[in-house]
Amino acid sequence: MSIGLSHYLIVAAILFTIGVFGIFVNRKNIIIIMMCIELILLAVNINFVAFATHSGDLAGQVFAMFILTVAAAEAAVGLAILVVYFRNRGDIAVEDANLMKG
Amino acid sequence: MLPVIAFYVLSAFVVGAAFMVVAARNPVHAVMYLILTFFSAAGLFILMGAEFLALLLIMVYVGAVAVLFMFVVMMLDVDFVELKKGFLQHVPMGVVVGGVLLTEMILVGAYSLAKPSQGVILAPKDSSNIKELGNVLYTEYAFFFEGVGLVLLVALIGAIVLTLRTREGVKRQNIADQIARTREEGVELVDVESGEGIGS
Repeated sequence: MSIGLSHYLIVAAILFTIGVFGIFVNRKNIIIIMMCIELILLAVNINFVAFATHSGDLAGQVFAMFILTVAAAEAAVGLAILVVYFRNRGDIAVEDANLMKG
Repeated sequence: MLPVIAFYVLSAFVVGAAFMVVAARNPVHAVMYLILTFFSAAGLFILMGAEFLALLLIMVYVGAVAVLFMFVVMMLDVDFVELKKGFLQHVPMGVVVGGVLLTEMILVGAYSLAKPSQGVILAPKDSSNIKELGNVLYTEYAFFFEGVGLVLLVALIGAIVLTLRTREGVKRQNIADQIARTREEGVELVDVESGEGIGS
């Protein structure tokens, strides 16, 4: 019995699904929603690295690195927006965020 | 045999910790479970022969992103119990959507990868992973690499600009004002009569 590509893909799929599930159940808490986005990006990264190793090409690993960078940037800007939102509103209940009546 | 056991243990940790991120009552615990998820995922990366990415994952995620999350969670004075309300109410819909998504992905995977597992994930070559990655990163992907650097710069400036605020009533040093001061507004010469002092 050996661990192949599909094993890693299934782990990544489960991780991705947990992330989406988390966004659905934690609708009010935007901090948890952002953590779920990080989980989803991690699942994508696992897929990239698994395929890179499987095909013996480093391009997948390079792209996984870029995704890592973008995820970090997203977390930084997202949390900055969250802090500003908290400063203005006094809470972070995103369900009440309807100022623009969108 | 050892890699197989390691794979299953690490995968169990990844999935279990990721679920606890979603289900944890206390967001501080959620961040802790997020860190555990990233650690275990780093282990998976090492199993796949991507050592540099594994270390990067620990440095960037555990060292920076998780600390940022922890900082925000602890800094914001929010009633997290209130935010947790309605959790169970959304579970059925989440289970339905998540179940459909997972089934679809596994079906697609099983269909397209039906051919018996194409070989083992190969072991790293004789040259180290970091060296190989460095070779392509600074040659073939140099422009992308610099673009990613720009993304980080924009994120840095954006985060600072967003959270910067000027408060009233705070004394600050204004260097332009200091330099623009002239002798006339800075010094006043007064003729003092002896024995009288300066009347106010």
